[in-house]
Formats: sequence, C-alpha cells, structure tokens
Amino acid sequence: MKVTLKVNGRLRTADVEPRKTLLDTLREDFLLTGSHAGCEHGVCGACTVLIDGEPSRACLMFAVQADGYEITTIEGLAPAPGELNVVQDAFCETHGLQCGYCTPGMILSAHALLEHNDAPTRKDIVEAISGNICRCTGYGQIVEAVELAAERLRQTNVPRHVDGTRPNESLGDSTTTDAPKAAHTPHGARR
Amino acid sequence: MKPAAPMKFVSSNRRVREDRRFVAGQGRYVADVVLEGLLHVAVLPSPHPAARIVSIDAAEAMKMPGVHYVLTGEELAKATDPLMNGLDTPNVRRYPLAVGQVRYAGEWVVAVVAESRAQAEDAAEKVRIVYEQLPYVVDSEEAFDSTSPPVHAAHGSNLLLDKTFVWGEVEKHFAESQRHLSFRVVWGRNSTVPIETFGVAAKWDPWREMLDVWASIQMPKYPDQIARALRIPLNNVRVHFDVDVGGSYGVKRGIKQSVLVSHLARVLGRPVRLIEDRLDNMRAGDAHGPDRIFDVEIAFNDDGIVNSMKMRALDNVGAYAGRSPFQLGKPIGAIVGPYKIKSVQYRAIAVTSNKAAQEAVRGFGQAPTNYAIETAIDKVANTLGLDRIEVRRRNFIRSDEFPYLIPSGTHYDSGDYHTVVAKVLAHANYEGLIRERDALRAAGQCAGIGIAACLEPSGGNSAFEPLLNEKNTTTTWMDSCRIVVDGLGSVTATIHTTSSGQGHETLAATVIGEVLEIDPDLIRIVRPDSLNSLPSNTPVGSRMAIMLGGAAFHAAQKLKAKIVRLAAHQFGCAEKDVVYGGGTVSHAASDRKFAWAEHVNIAHRNFHLLPEGMEPGLETTHVMQVPTGTKLPENGRVQMYPCHSFEFHLVLIAFDPVIGKPEIRRYVIGHDCGTVINPRIVKGMTLGGIAHGIGASLLEEFVYDSEGQMLTQSFMDYLLPSSHEVPKVEIVHHCTPSPFTVFGQKGSGESGYLGAPAAISSAINDAVAPIGISFSKLPIRIAAISDAIAAAGELQTKVKA
Repeated sequence: MKVTLKVNGRLRTADVEPRKTLLDTLREDFLLTGSHAGCEHGVCGACTVLIDGEPSRACLMFAVQADGYEITTIEGLAPAPGELNVVQDAFCETHGLQCGYCTPGMILSAHALLEHNDAPTRKDIVEAISGNICRCTGYGQIVEAVELAAERLRQTNVPRHVDGTRPNESLGDSTTTDAPKAAHTPHGARR
Repeated sequence: MKPAAPMKFVSSNRRVREDRRFVAGQGRYVADVVLEGLLHVAVLPSPHPAARIVSIDAAEAMKMPGVHYVLTGEELAKATDPLMNGLDTPNVRRYPLAVGQVRYAGEWVVAVVAESRAQAEDAAEKVRIVYEQLPYVVDSEEAFDSTSPPVHAAHGSNLLLDKTFVWGEVEKHFAESQRHLSFRVVWGRNSTVPIETFGVAAKWDPWREMLDVWASIQMPKYPDQIARALRIPLNNVRVHFDVDVGGSYGVKRGIKQSVLVSHLARVLGRPVRLIEDRLDNMRAGDAHGPDRIFDVEIAFNDDGIVNSMKMRALDNVGAYAGRSPFQLGKPIGAIVGPYKIKSVQYRAIAVTSNKAAQEAVRGFGQAPTNYAIETAIDKVANTLGLDRIEVRRRNFIRSDEFPYLIPSGTHYDSGDYHTVVAKVLAHANYEGLIRERDALRAAGQCAGIGIAACLEPSGGNSAFEPLLNEKNTTTTWMDSCRIVVDGLGSVTATIHTTSSGQGHETLAATVIGEVLEIDPDLIRIVRPDSLNSLPSNTPVGSRMAIMLGGAAFHAAQKLKAKIVRLAAHQFGCAEKDVVYGGGTVSHAASDRKFAWAEHVNIAHRNFHLLPEGMEPGLETTHVMQVPTGTKLPENGRVQMYPCHSFEFHLVLIAFDPVIGKPEIRRYVIGHDCGTVINPRIVKGMTLGGIAHGIGASLLEEFVYDSEGQMLTQSFMDYLLPSSHEVPKVEIVHHCTPSPFTVFGQKGSGESGYLGAPAAISSAINDAVAPIGISFSKLPIRIAAISDAIAAAGELQTKVKA
C-alpha cells in the first residue's frame, strides 16, 4: 500500500507491504541507511528515530503507522552536507563512539534530551541514553559528549554583547568555560 | 628506532578522523551496500541438539512468492570443501549448512533465497524436514567422559585437544612449598555480541571469473578461506575492505555465512546477501566465546610468595572446532600473569558438545585465564590473612627484571607494576576505600573491594598455532602499509583490512604525519580491496598500534630516506650533510633548501635530475613481521606476543543482601600500554573493555538447558550492560615504553576486559566473605547472589536451632 511520510521535513512516498517496519522503509525505500537494525525487538536502540521529537524504535513501528508524524533520522540532523550539528560535533570531540553502529540512535536520543533540557545532570544523561546499547565505548565518552554539547548549547543561548562577543568565546574547553568570567556576564547568563 | 625529538602528533589529544562519517549516519556497513538485482537469504534452524536429517522437502517452499532457490547442506557439501580447522582434526568436518546430521539446536539446515528477506523467511517456514533424534551432550565434563555420545562420530570422541605442558620443576616446587590450595572456577559462555550482526553480500561475474565480497568481517586470511572452500584461485576473490564493521571485538569471522552466500551467488548468477537477524546471530552465528572450567592448584609460602601453579582448563567449544581451541593456547604467553611464579603445569583440554560453535573473543582466552590466576592470588592472601594487594606486590616482577622470561618461553618486554599500583592506591585513597567498605557493612550492606592485576599480551603473532598443532609451521604474521605521494604532492596511504571502530585510519595518519612532519589531517587513508592489498593479518591479538603503526612508521621512514637522497643529489652532497624538517630538506653548508613541492616535481617529472638507479615517483611500502616471536616452538616453549600492557583494577561494590543487585560505587583502573598514539582511542578501548567485562561477570551468558536448547536467545534474556550498569570509571595512566616497538607503544584493544571480570568477582567475593560464602562461576547474576545469601541465612538459622 502507498504511504506518505514526512521525513526530515520532506514528504516521501513509498509503496510498502503493511507489515513492513518503519526501519526497513527508511532504509530500503528512502535509502536513509543511517538508522540501523541491531536486535529488531526493541531493546538495543540502534534503530532510534525521532517521532514528533521523541526517540522511538523504528524496528517496532510499521511504516503505515508513521503516517502523519514528523520523522527525524540522523540524516536530518546535520545542518548542511559536511557540517555537523552541536551534538554530532561533541561526539567527535570526546570520541563518544567507536564502530559507529549505535551512534545515530545514540545521538538522536541525546539530541532529544537536549531539546528539552540544556543543563542535564549526569543522571539525566544516563537515563536518556539507557535505551541505546553501545558495545564499544562503555558510555564514558558518550556521557562526556552530551555534557559538552549541553554546555555549548547553553553558551549558544547566551545573549551577545554589543561588540559581538559572548561571555565565553572559547567553546568546548571545559577548563576555560568553568573559569569565572564575571566581567562578561552582566546580561543574565544562565548557569 | 625511537625518534630523538619530542613527538608532535603521536600521544597528542587529537580527534579520531573516522568519527565524522559515523556521527552523520554516513558509515557504510554491509547492509548499506546496494547491489543491482540483490537476492536475500533466510536460514532454517534445527530444532534439535542432535538429529539425523531423514528428509528435506522444499517443494512447497519453492512455490512461494519471490523464491529463487532452496539450498541443502548435502548439495553445498558437494560443491565446496569443508571449512578450516585450527587443530589437526580432519574428521571434525564443518560446512555452512548441516550435512546429514544436525549437531546443535539452531544449526542452519537449509538456506532459502528470495527477492526479499521477508519472502525468504515466509518460504523457510514451508520447508518440511524429518529428523531422527540422536543422543546429545551439553555439559563439559560429560563431553570429556569418553563414554559420551561423540558429536562427530567419524572423529570417534568429543576430545579435540588434551595436551599437558610442564614448564619448570613443578613437582619440586610443590614439594618445597609450605602451603598448597586448590579450587575450581568456571567462566560462563558469553561473547562480545556486537550490535551489528554478521552480514555478507557476494556477487559472481562469470565473464570475469570474479567473486566480489562485501562483509562485516574481522578475520585473518578471510579471502583465502573463501577461495579454498569454493575451490577457486585466490585471485578470483575480491574482498572489499572499505566496508565499516559495526563492532567485532574478535567475533566477526562469518566464514560459514560467507561461503554459503558466495556459493549461492555463483549458482544463481545474481548478487546474494545474508544479514543475520538477532536470533540467527545469537543461536547460530557461531560466535560464542570461551566456555571454560579451571581447576587450579597453587603452591606458596607463608609469606605469600607463589612458587608454582597447576592449571587444568577444560573448554567446551561446541559442535565444531574452527579456530576456537587455540583460545586455550594464547594465554600460555602470559600464563603466570604479572607474577614471578617459577613453574607451571598447564593441561589444556578442548571438547566438542551439542552447543553452538565458538569464535575468537576479545583477548582470545586471556580474560578467563586472568580470572583464574587472580582468583588464586586472592585465595592465597585470604588463606594467610594478608592484604590482597600486598601479596600481589610481593609476587610482581620488578621493573628492573625486564625483559623477563616466563616459564612457558615468552619474554615480557617491560613494565613497572609496583609503580602503577602505587599510583592507583594513591589516586583512589585505598585506606579511605576500605573505611567506606566497612561503613557500608556496618550499615547492613554487603560491600567488597575487588582487585585484579593482569597483562594484555599484544602484537599478535600466531605462535600458539604451531604450539598446539605440530603440522602448522606458521611463524609469519605480518602487516603492511603503502604510502604514495601523488604528482601534486598530496599523501595517500593504504591499510589492508577492515576496521570495526579501532580508528586505524587515525592511527596510520598520525604515525605517517609524525615521521614526515606533516599535518596528519592532510593525509588520506584508503582501503584497497584484497586484490590490491599488501599482506595484513587484520586487527587481532591487540596488534594494530604495534603492527600497522610499525608498518606505517617504516614505510614513512623509507619515503623520507628517498626524499633525503633525492635532495642531497641536487645539492651534490652526501646524505648525511642534509637535514629533513617538515617536508623540506636543507643543506647548511650551501644555505640551500628544497621544499616538498620540489621533491615531488623532480620525482614525478624530472627523470634527468634523479640519482642514478632511483625509481621515479614517490611511493614506498613496508611489510612488517611481528617483533620477536620468529621461531617455531621448542620443547613446548615459545615466544608468544612481543608486548605486554599492564592493568590494575580497584573496585568497590555494594549491594543489599536481600536484593543482591551489585552497585559499582567506585571503579579505578591503572593502565600502562606504553606510548599512547591517540589518547582518545585508548581511553575508549579501556572504558569499553571494562563495560564488556562487567557484562561477562554480572550479566551475560549463553545458557543451555538440559534439553540442549539455548535459553538466552534475545536481548531480553542475554543482557548487555546499559548506561545504568556501567559506572564512571577513573583511569590512572602510566607509561613504560616497550623496547620492541617504534614509538614504545603496546596494545590496548583488549584493555579493561582482561581484568574487569576478575576484579568484579573479587569484589563480590569480598562482599560475601563475612557471610561465609563465595562465588566460583561467572556471570554472578543478581538472582545467584540473593539466593546464595538467603540459603546461607537459612543454614545459620538451622544451625542455631
């Protein structure tokens, strides 16, 4: 049957069997192969996509069920070809991955967390990624990546001075961002 | 060999270049490879652990929509040779599909090929197979009993290997020692279980006589094994190494899957693909790890000095042999751990059973052996009432004793175990940790400190092969690198294997950049296919920092030497009179300089300016043999791996005695892998290895019931550690360079995993010691802890009554 899905902001149509999963449809019909099959029973999270902004298992959903929702895959996260978004870049900075297979799902889960909460605690982060199994990293550098991305997002939302500078110009280096910069925070920067 | 100047890129905290494509979802895994006209395979598993195949009726399946073919084992066996065995066991024959008989529940019996995987699965359900059940055996000791039903009747028994080594004066040392103890520990069958299952696609071109293969593979001599099984020349097989592998840690060696799919591609004249689903993978991907019983006897003195050890290791390798029995051989290269144990008797036994076949798992048998050795040291300390760390210190090899020859014939390269331990204890505040444990105990919790010290042999040669199989005379175990400077001056280097997250592109670029003194980010790294490749033995045995790093280093040195010779010729001076720096060659005497672009131009375009006999172009290759370990074994002794990284784990675990769910409250590891080439990669390996060890010691097991059925077939019951189970780990670094490698680097691909199971077992046993119980089998699952504590409580109540 024909199904029209809104994927990464664009409407895409495919002719699929009703039993075909959203994951297989994304991969085979739309060639969006960044979403991966890991267990196909909803445990590992490698197939995670965002459905209306919420992390969901594309292996547990039929394509026909996804009609009418905003679907975001990893391919929809980069702002332009060759350009990474904040979360993706933070994963590169901390090396929050190895083989890369769980990474798209992991990044989408982290992205969804940071959309709601740009000052997550370690506990918040652990909870948000607990539905994504990573076999390579032991999660340490993933947690660091999400902390770094959160920090950068907080900085992005800090108002600029008239001269264009921000309270902390040196992005990403936690030792400098943690340093007191009292002279630069008169505009009510969030802590 | 060591560069005199401080290093610019090696050891510096640089990004890992592979990460960019992965965070964007732009990796290219085998399931992403698009082939025109691709057909899909589904396999039908055996429901029985052992049965004769009476008949197979595929008529109805062939009528199903989209179906192209139904292949049986019998047909496949006529067209192919059996898959390779590591040991000299020719009657343990293995084919991709069961031939005449099934040998474990889940074994693949027929393969169905259809237009889609779903259609192939639908049709597989219509295949009718009549079985006649046969006797079976799953228990290891039962399989070892000569009266057990042999899994391979033609082999005559279930015994694949029973070899006893005696290194040194074991009986004398036992007789002279004041104390002895003995115990049994069991390592449960688990594996690395990558999130990507195994997958392979193959295409046969009859006009070019070429088999193209794309696979999620990490295996030495993979193209060779396909060619042998299919009985075609090796230059008719082209394996594409530019496929990203979604995790392996040793197990991605799907040779049966690859031969099956390659055969089907030849028969059908269409590209064919098999991507295991999770059930295929868990039950019959033939990728389980060691399944081992250790019986250990230790001879020691009142002061805790361990003199001698007798170890019997019985491994249940499952229904087929493959390479897995060698996992009993690799630990011989570090059989005394970091300790000065003077003599060892080691009996290695491998038996077949009606379980799934094993494959190489991270550490190749070393993690189980380390668990047995570390349990022994804990028991020595506890018997004597000594501190467990103090006993380790008394037995450690001292830093001034390297290279240190262990009884089984391997020289350890270097180490400073006492310093690493001292650094960890200072970092963790050991006294404070003991107080914390005791406070937890006083508050009614079970709390324990776990300790493990162990080695990571690295550099991967195959010396265990000739040691366990005299017909095998392999001593060559090389890796290679080619560097090409093109006509516009850009540098491209090649590596000749797939990677599964270890960052080999970053490794090679960093090393070449270091030697040539150019920015590694400007160097492109490519992976040619197998027909365009130099020899590689793939990332096994924790070897790539040493071997790919070494090959890249030497290739870059050759390139630099060529540039120096070329420039000196222009200056009309001797090579010793010029200086290479940052790609430019200077001649101080004449105050002349030749820049990179000028070397490139002369090499590519000005033959008339080349020194006599120099080949045009700027290209060098290096094929590197593993340092040390160049000889066949003598008298049961052999130099195994060249390098030995050290790790020391210190763990605090607490749990409620009724619930029994372990909480890791503190995890500190001291890690010394010599010179680190990329700190982020090494950190990731260590943290990932510890997580894997947490799984092996607390959660993961392929459990078989008495009916021969595997009970843990999905991620609902085979439990992988999530972010909730893995604590924040603190790493304490130390660097003792190896004298045998180009930068002093050692391996780190197995770090963390080799000691974490021992450390966690140690912590849990310390926690329950006050109750008077102990655990001697991994994994120690929550239910086992709470049940054992409850049983101990009941016993106490009875005694009191």
